Amino acid sequence: MIEINNVSKQYGTFHVLTDCSTKVAKGEVVVVCGPSGSGKSTLIKTINGLEPINKGDIRVNGTSVCSPKTNLSQLRSKVGMVFQNFELFPHLSIIENLTIAQIKVLGRKRNEAGDKGRKYLDRVGLKDQAAKYPAQLSGGQQQRAAIARALCMDPICMLFDEPTSALDPEMVNEVLDVMVQLAREGTTMMCVTHEMGFARKVADRVIFMDAGRIIEDTSKAEFFGNIEGRTDRAKQFLSRILQH
Amino acid sequence: MFKNYSWDWGVFLQPVSTGEPTNYLGWLLAGLYNTVVLALSASLIAFAVGVVMGVLRTTPNRWLAALGTTYVGIFRNIPVIVQLFAWYFVLPELLPDNVGTWFKQLPASTQMMTSAVLCLGLYMGARVCELIRSGIETLPKGQRSAALALGLTLPQAYRYVLLPVAFRVAIPPLTSEMINVFKNSAVASTIGLLELSAQAQQLVDYTAHPYESFAVATAVYILINVIVVLIMRQVEVSVRLPGYIGGK
Ligand SMILES: Nc1ncnc2c1ncn2[C@@H]1O[C@H](COP(=O)(O)OP(=O)(O)OP(=O)(O)O)[C@@H](O)[C@H]1O
Ligand SMILES: [Mg+2]
Repeated sequence: MIEINNVSKQYGTFHVLTDCSTKVAKGEVVVVCGPSGSGKSTLIKTINGLEPINKGDIRVNGTSVCSPKTNLSQLRSKVGMVFQNFELFPHLSIIENLTIAQIKVLGRKRNEAGDKGRKYLDRVGLKDQAAKYPAQLSGGQQQRAAIARALCMDPICMLFDEPTSALDPEMVNEVLDVMVQLAREGTTMMCVTHEMGFARKVADRVIFMDAGRIIEDTSKAEFFGNIEGRTDRAKQFLSRILQH
Repeated sequence: MFKNYSWDWGVFLQPVSTGEPTNYLGWLLAGLYNTVVLALSASLIAFAVGVVMGVLRTTPNRWLAALGTTYVGIFRNIPVIVQLFAWYFVLPELLPDNVGTWFKQLPASTQMMTSAVLCLGLYMGARVCELIRSGIETLPKGQRSAALALGLTLPQAYRYVLLPVAFRVAIPPLTSEMINVFKNSAVASTIGLLELSAQAQQLVDYTAHPYESFAVATAVYILINVIVVLIMRQVEVSVRLPGYIGGK
């Protein structure tokens, strides 16, 4: 589904990503973790071409993201993305947030898009909030709406960039619950997150990044089950994160 | 003050001494008409050009951004009166002969109005450009990413996501620019366009009542300000977003 082959990226002389390679198969849930500044956000944004790369190749469902011949907006419409700061559009009501791309990108009729939007709002538990504006919802509600917005496009895979780290602690679980449900339904997912509970519950694999490199790419069982077998950096990171 | 001055507000109703079939109030109204036509036409140009250039300055394309930067650099930094002289006296000479001749055959007032509209429009456009640019730049960077990630093209992202919010952010400063256009329109009197301030000046020359004349002209400018502010406030209220306070 997603293939990342020897991807490197630099800003001037600073290497954000160095020779990163991994794959996400259909239906797989991959969690990406690592210290701040290690390049997690950059890596996940290269997958739908939001961040251009200097070297290597990325394929989504066989289509190269880096080829100038690729219709990027069409590719992006099939890859759902959820951001740390929700990024709902403040001038549109929740339901309009969910329908705008369906109408403008996929060419769906307004009522067809509306039906789909309401269906997904219901699934994330926001049926009654359709007419509200983003600023009138709590952070957790906004993030659930943002997930619903991505799902409305019938994505072939979902990318999450720290979807819960801007949330107050009491709202983290309502968002994670939605993500767990998606994972259990067989959605292909790549999630940057430090929620190790989530990783334990639904991840198939865990990727650990440090200083722009993928230094661990292992099964969940290996990652959490065999702490001794981890690299020093990963051990340090895990001990810090699991203390909380 | 004003001890020996005999006030006479009836002066406006006296027929003008040039023999034209109008009174002095008629002159002021003709001036007001020119001021309004000039300011509104210039505002339209300023808005259209300002939005396009403001958007260009925020695009990822270096050349397009440079085009916007150059435009602002030229039009915002040269004094507006110099620009006006360039438009009115220099440009017609630079045009191809047939166009230049055609332009110079137009009625003098049309020539002046055209030059003044273009001049003010592009000058104010450079200022509007900066307001739109900073309106776009105050939005969280993730808004653009989120729009693109949904599959919207860059123009669609501007049209449906970035600009609607940037406009809302820019309404208060755009209001002052709108007032500025009316104020700056007085500069057109320097090339002879008989707008409001020029007509007030004429009244001073033709009647012995300078204070009445400038009092009325001042009152009209203030009235215009009030109307602009009221209209823009109405606009602001009608597009206000529930629970949303400005950008980030
Ligand atoms: N536009 C840019 N120009 C220069 N450096 C950048 C730019 N964007 C990101 N970086 C740098 O690239 C590195 C990786 O950034 P990235 O956001 O991918 O890290 P991250 O792993 O997501 O960190 P965090 O956990 O803080 O979100 C950081 O050191 C950052 O400072
Ligand atoms: Mg990040």
